[in-house]
Amino acid sequence: MAKEKKDIVSRRSIIKASISLSALGLSSKTLFAKEANNKNLPPNVPEWTETLGDGVDVNPYGMPSEFESNVIRRNVEWLTASTESSVNFTPLQDLEGIVTPNGLCFERHHSGTAIINPIDYRLMINGLVDREMIFTLDDLKRFPQVNKFYFLECAANGGMEWKGSQLNGCQYTFGMVHNVQYTGVKLSDLIQETGLKNNAKWVLAEGSDSSGMTRSIPIEKIKDDCIIAWAMNGEALRPEQGYPIRLVVPGWEGNMWVKWLRRIEFGDKPYMTREETSKYTDLLSDGKARMFTWVMDAKSVITSPCPEKPVLQKGIHQIRGLAWSGRGKIKRVDVSLDGGKNWKTAQLHSPVLEKSLTRFTIPFEWNGEEMLLQSRAIDETNYVQPTIKELQNIRGVNSIYHNNSIATWLILKNGKVDNVRLG
Amino acid sequence: MLDLGKYIIFSLLSIFFSISSFSETRKFNIGKIATKQEVAGWDIDIRPDGLGAPKGSGDALSGEEVYAERCASCHGDFGEGIDRWPELVGGSGTLSSHDPVKTTGSYWPYASTIYDYVYRSMPFGEAQSLTYDETYKIVAYLLNMNDIIDEDFILSNENIGKIKMPNRNGFLLPDPRPDVKNLNGNPCMKNCNTPTKIIGKARDIDVTPEDEKS
Repeated sequence: MAKEKKDIVSRRSIIKASISLSALGLSSKTLFAKEANNKNLPPNVPEWTETLGDGVDVNPYGMPSEFESNVIRRNVEWLTASTESSVNFTPLQDLEGIVTPNGLCFERHHSGTAIINPIDYRLMINGLVDREMIFTLDDLKRFPQVNKFYFLECAANGGMEWKGSQLNGCQYTFGMVHNVQYTGVKLSDLIQETGLKNNAKWVLAEGSDSSGMTRSIPIEKIKDDCIIAWAMNGEALRPEQGYPIRLVVPGWEGNMWVKWLRRIEFGDKPYMTREETSKYTDLLSDGKARMFTWVMDAKSVITSPCPEKPVLQKGIHQIRGLAWSGRGKIKRVDVSLDGGKNWKTAQLHSPVLEKSLTRFTIPFEWNGEEMLLQSRAIDETNYVQPTIKELQNIRGVNSIYHNNSIATWLILKNGKVDNVRLG
Repeated sequence: MLDLGKYIIFSLLSIFFSISSFSETRKFNIGKIATKQEVAGWDIDIRPDGLGAPKGSGDALSGEEVYAERCASCHGDFGEGIDRWPELVGGSGTLSSHDPVKTTGSYWPYASTIYDYVYRSMPFGEAQSLTYDETYKIVAYLLNMNDIIDEDFILSNENIGKIKMPNRNGFLLPDPRPDVKNLNGNPCMKNCNTPTKIIGKARDIDVTPEDEKS
């Protein structure tokens, strides 16, 4: 009896499979045509209502709907010589709330993703400590843990926009940022095991990937809030985010958040690595360059509408956006519809956490006329996100890094949206 | 009596061990002590003053051959950079121009950094495959191509911390930000005096990857 029932299920599964294939064909077509299939609309009963769906074991690790296949990280091929030493961008325009899904967190590698068996993972702590020590992953998980949301932004986010609007997309101009909840051990706890010499003033954090990425970090920051993390959004770090261990340096530029962390050395002076001298220094117009510009200043972006999210019809819409500051919490976000002449304060959505992305929204009505959309973040230190002109006046246009200026989206009469520069 | 003696000795030992572990001030007793050999295998960084530089040497004359074999396919025979791979030579005097060229010669403030980076990370995809001497030779070649040392100058762990790089004083500390006008959290809200003329559009530059054009 049971066997017979199973056979029936199997037959139904086969029938269902062929139906869902045709459904997929239809759906793909309608997706691209952006027109609904009348057979699925009232008063008709849609196909998915009349058939069984997948059982519980079809997707042991769940993936997004097939209709969300355009929500992916993207790179700009011409930016770099190889994809192993390159960057891709988070699709901010398609995300809601403040959590970035793990598979959509932008990637920046210098020599590709290292694949590390956690059994072979070791963290070495050496230099000006009382005891040079080695920890396994299991060792690290025995320490008291913390769970904290933090944004990670590459210092070069928006770097292509210093001279003018260059890339026509929210993803490409703002997408080198993500926000996840990290689980890990505070470095200040690890230090209690190794002890510190009195002259330990700097830390060298070193990755174990093929680039052996290194950065110097002052001891005050290490003691304040740095974390050795093994999880993001509740699951193990993704390989491309440093599995099994990455350094978390809240509010500071992403380059310092060393992935595949293998070693922490304490010293009395900075190490002046390649990343903090030839890169991640901000060239001014007089030829001098700022060094050790670690903090990410307050910034915001309207994630919808934006070049990827045109306005499809007249009437009421919700402006959605994200704001963040490396100096603390976001206090306020203002939005302008006329290129910065007049501003209204947007609603901030809880939770508003320090050094974390913060979601804001504000309704607006589009009547088919051109509009110039801007957002402006203010953080709890009362710092106000500047215009690009203000930054250019002080730093010139060759800084590459730390462009936290206000962007402008132009809504055209046909509802399309362009990244534009005002002046 | 004998038993009591044993007890006293045991107690003294216990006190001794508890004091010795207390003096270690390890709060959690997690992890193991690293041996000197373990640390030596991983501790490859070198500092501007030369601290950490491994024993070895090389000059530009012998460096040319190593460079040609291990570096030139991406960086070019003369460090000019092929395709989008980085230029390593030249750029002197360009840092304040519209098109700054940041190379090991024009921009890098310390010779130690070149050694450290080449050894840990290069050749691309073959990290830590160069010998110490090969690395000194390549660094000497690059310094010579940038007119910083002579071709017969023998670069070594003894002198790499003393090389004077042209842009050594080109960096500013500390970070002066926030460097914009302090509005104390109260920016203009109404009828603000700001230019709203469109002076550039990303669409016109036309370098956005195809599938994102709207």
